[in-house]
Amino acid sequence: MDWLEAGRWSPYLVGAGIGVLSWITFLLSDKAIGCSTAFARTSGMIEKLFRGDKVKEKPYYKEFVPEIDWEWILVLGVFAGAFISSVLSGSFRITIEHSVWTAHFGDTPILRLLVAFAGGIVMGFGSRWAGGCTSGHGISGTLQWTLSSWIAAICFFAGGIITALFIFEVLAGGAS
Amino acid sequence: MTLDVLHKNRGLQFAIAMLCGVVFGFLLQKGGVTDYDVIIGQLLLRDFTVVKVMLSAVITGSLGIYALKSAGLVKLHPKPGSLGSSAVGGLIFGVGFATLGYCPGTVSGAVGTGSLDALLGGVAGILIGSGLYASLYPRLRRGILQKGDFGTKSIPEVLNVNPWLVVIPGCLILAVLLLFLENAGL
Repeated sequence: MDWLEAGRWSPYLVGAGIGVLSWITFLLSDKAIGCSTAFARTSGMIEKLFRGDKVKEKPYYKEFVPEIDWEWILVLGVFAGAFISSVLSGSFRITIEHSVWTAHFGDTPILRLLVAFAGGIVMGFGSRWAGGCTSGHGISGTLQWTLSSWIAAICFFAGGIITALFIFEVLAGGAS
Repeated sequence: MTLDVLHKNRGLQFAIAMLCGVVFGFLLQKGGVTDYDVIIGQLLLRDFTVVKVMLSAVITGSLGIYALKSAGLVKLHPKPGSLGSSAVGGLIFGVGFATLGYCPGTVSGAVGTGSLDALLGGVAGILIGSGLYASLYPRLRRGILQKGDFGTKSIPEVLNVNPWLVVIPGCLILAVLLLFLENAGL
C-alpha cells in the first residue's frame, strides 16, 4: 500500500476525488460539503456554556442552531483524516514553524501565533458574512454554478492575493 | 432502503458524515493543501496546487452532480447571496485567509497534521470571529446584506438556459485553464 504512505498525490487526482466525494454526500446525505458553519455552531455552543439558553434567542443562532450536526461531524472527520494521512506518510509533526513565514518574519512562535489568531478572527467573521468558505462556496457552490458562490470564491482569492502580497512583499520588504 | 429513508436516519447520517470527513481530510493532506506554505504559495501566485485541486474538484463534481440531478437522484443546495454579502464578505474572508494561511476546512486538517498555529491561532480565532458576527448579525441583516440581492439563483437561471449549456462549456473553460497552468510550468 505504498500509495497510502506517499507524501503527496497529484492535485488533479485529489481534486477529482473531492468531486466524487461531493456526488456521494449529495446522493447519500442530501448535503453539500462545507466547513465554516460548524465553527459558528461551536462558537454558539461555547457561548451557551457561559450565558445559558439566552444564546438561543440570538437571531443568528435561531437560523444556525448551536448543536452538533452533519457538517460538524464532517469537520471532525477532516481532522482525523488529515491526521491519519500525515502519520502514514511520516509528515506528522507538532510544529508552529512554516518555511515561508520564518523566511520573512523569523522563528518567534508568539508572533506567528498572534498573526494566525488575528487572521482567524477576520476569516471567521468573513465566512459568516459571505455565508460560506472555500469548501461551501469555493467547491460545493461553484460546482453547482451558483451565482453567489462564484462571486464569493472570486472575492476570497482577490482579497487573499492582495493581502498575501501586502504581508510578504510590502511589510516584509520582499526578502525571502 | 430508499434514499429518503436513508437521509432521515440520524445514526447512519452521522456515520456517513464521519467517513466522508475522513476521506476529505485524507485527500486535503495528500494534496498538500493542509500545509501553510502551499496555501500562502498559492496566494503569492508562486504555487498553483490549491487552484489545481479546486478546479479539478469543480469539474468532476459539476458533471456528476448535474448528471445525478438530470436522473432525478439529487437536488441542488444553492446558497443565497447578494453583492453586500457574497462580495463584501468574500473580501473580508480573503484578508483573514491570507493572514491565517488556512481556510476553515484546511485549518481542521492542519490541526490533524500537528500545526499548532492552526489550533491555537486559527481555530480559536475563527470561533471568536464567528461569535462576533453572530452578535452583529441583526444590524447587518437590515442593512448591507440586502444590497444587490440575487437569492439562490444559479448562473444557468440568470442566463435562462438549460443548465448543461453552462455546465459543459464552463467545465471546458476550467479544463483549458488547468492545461494553461500546466503548460506555463506553474
